[in-house]
Amino acid sequence: MDGDSACAEGALAAGCRFFAGYPITPATEIAEHMARRLPELGGVFIQMEDEISAMAAVLGASCAGTKSMTATSGPGFSLMMENIGLGLVMETPCVVVNVQRAGPSTGLPTLGAQGDMMQARWGSHGHYEIIALAPASPQELFFQTITAFNLSETYRLPVMIMADEVVGHLFERVIIPDPSKIGLQSRPRPKGRKDRFKPFHPGPNGVAPMANAGEGYRVHFTGLTHDEKGYPVMTPEAHSEMVSRITGKIRANISKIIQVEEYRLEDADVALISYGISSRSSLAAVDEAREQGIRAGLLRLVTVWPFPEHAIRELAKRVKCLITVELNLGQMHLEVQRCAGGMVPALLVGHAGGTVITPARILETIHVGSGRG
Amino acid sequence: MNNNRSQNHPLDNILRTDRIPHIWCPGCGIGTAFSASLIAIQSAGTDLANTVVVSGIGCSGRGAGYVKLDSYHTTHGRAIPFATGMKLANPELSVVVFSGDGDLFAIGGNHFLHAARRNMDLTVICVNNFNYGMTGGQAAATTPNLAKTSTTPLGNPETPFNLPLLAYASGATYVARWTMLHTRDLTQSIGEALARKGFSFIEVLVPCPTGYGRRNRQKPIDSLKIYQEKTIVKNGANPAEVILDFKQGITLGKFVEYDKPTFAEAYERICRPRA
Amino acid sequence: MKFWRVPLDTEQIVVSKGMVYIIEDRCKGCGYCIEYCPRDVLEASERFNSKGYHPPAIKQPDLCVNCHYCEAICPDFAIYSLEVPVQSIPELSIQ
Repeated sequence: MDGDSACAEGALAAGCRFFAGYPITPATEIAEHMARRLPELGGVFIQMEDEISAMAAVLGASCAGTKSMTATSGPGFSLMMENIGLGLVMETPCVVVNVQRAGPSTGLPTLGAQGDMMQARWGSHGHYEIIALAPASPQELFFQTITAFNLSETYRLPVMIMADEVVGHLFERVIIPDPSKIGLQSRPRPKGRKDRFKPFHPGPNGVAPMANAGEGYRVHFTGLTHDEKGYPVMTPEAHSEMVSRITGKIRANISKIIQVEEYRLEDADVALISYGISSRSSLAAVDEAREQGIRAGLLRLVTVWPFPEHAIRELAKRVKCLITVELNLGQMHLEVQRCAGGMVPALLVGHAGGTVITPARILETIHVGSGRG
Repeated sequence: MNNNRSQNHPLDNILRTDRIPHIWCPGCGIGTAFSASLIAIQSAGTDLANTVVVSGIGCSGRGAGYVKLDSYHTTHGRAIPFATGMKLANPELSVVVFSGDGDLFAIGGNHFLHAARRNMDLTVICVNNFNYGMTGGQAAATTPNLAKTSTTPLGNPETPFNLPLLAYASGATYVARWTMLHTRDLTQSIGEALARKGFSFIEVLVPCPTGYGRRNRQKPIDSLKIYQEKTIVKNGANPAEVILDFKQGITLGKFVEYDKPTFAEAYERICRPRA
Repeated sequence: MKFWRVPLDTEQIVVSKGMVYIIEDRCKGCGYCIEYCPRDVLEASERFNSKGYHPPAIKQPDLCVNCHYCEAICPDFAIYSLEVPVQSIPELSIQ
């Protein structure tokens, strides 16, 4: 099946029973798939009037206790940003899929890119932490959607899947395992007296248990800066505490969240760093380089946010050159450069989008990086 | 001198009393509209655990923070889609949207239209104070023509919406307009809206002494006098003809009430696969 | 009120009586309850509450008929009335 359908099936396997979306190339197929499948499983699909309301509806459904998701691309992603901020502050689990296309603005609606990576990190206003994953195949779209739901429920925040049009429209074999073999997480639940419950009092892992609407806890959720009872408090101290809590719960658990994959990196001189569709070209480039005697390897980022700083820093200590391969003019590259800290040269292979990066093009830069070009 | 009898206001068990007195200005009508809503919710007979209040941003939007029910104070204009998601995910909930005219009809206008079109099972209470109060009294989509606001210091060049007509035209199946003075009619309307299925819209006219009233020479008591003397109750009136003119007159009443399948009912009937 | 003819159920009608309770510290001095009480039970007081507003004072407690209009019109949840059984004598009581 194609990547978009795999994403939808992954969501359904994860227990998603609410989808609110808006048609946008190249994510429309996810909505169409959910429209067909959700009623079969007792869920609800609704096509909202725009992406803003789609995101709002997803938050509402999640607050009512249902695992919810939406899918969009660049222009819709921009529209959703305000409500993503609301989801972060209300600590609402949900999944937002961005099947990236070339931007900015209307751009190339039918052609892929990876230009929204920094937007995923900082697109909403204010300071916060986000979790974002980058699938590189339809099979990964299936599994990473499940992972995204699990992470969103465990850490109570919107989790993003930064796919791209190429991966979304690729037709590849997708193996869907038996449901009993898929591990699912649900939001931490409150214990104790309902009238004494504080909706934003963190548990041992830094995440507050979540009471859903209609369960009798009579909670108040607001986008204003609030205290542990959920009541708005307009002081810098309360604000600092709240922002520290919502960023801290991610940073404290970073080692459990970050996932990277190493390919032929054990003895590498030149390390490629890539994610999504670009990582597949990078795999081919690594093999080509090895054939030519260059010790190349690939660090594939599965989790793109929080950025795998530690992995990059360690890599920078032992390789001669880092090369970021991405379909933009250098966004994750900025992070790679920051973490390399000047220890090694950090090069970029990238363009504004519209087509995939060829292994040959990557190879050229590998030659430069290894001193051969 | 204290009375032995416990001094609890009848609504105290549904109020977050630890946050009262609230932030609304002296003479602000939101408190009264809110009070009427709480009385209606309390007397509705539904399980209060299943009643949810969703609001947007603005003075009226602060209402969600004062009610002791599951309440959600969301982003500007997006209370209705949030409420939509909530209701569809858990149809047992009784979802009330309590928000203001700016929040629901300017930035939130599109969402209002579509929720009404879908006949989503929601009760939407729009507190209309004819301006954006929270931010200091700017012109809104409901500000009367020629009125003074902070962004129309020499008078409003625009003409306002006819909210009941807008609601009716979009497909709302219950449309009413009252003022804060008509507390019993208001409470009754809200009660009817809560009891029925479908998109119910109730507009409540209130004074905004600090924003609108101050700039238009309307002390709160003056506004209430207008509500008393210049209003006429015409239940069943044609929404296209219900005027809102402070000089000529204001038509109040329950204008529209009919039944139509809600979104959820239609979804169940049409979208679920046949066995 | 002078009747041209006495209504047949005059003996059975009992006008309800009520007692007004004011939660002074919630009051914001808007004056709606004073203005709109149909029995003119309330008046503005000279006192200040803790926020600096003048809460209402009960001028004529015996006239209250428990119509709850002050309770309904008050935007601040600061006033309410409770029924007083007609036989008993209401106590003057302010919180």
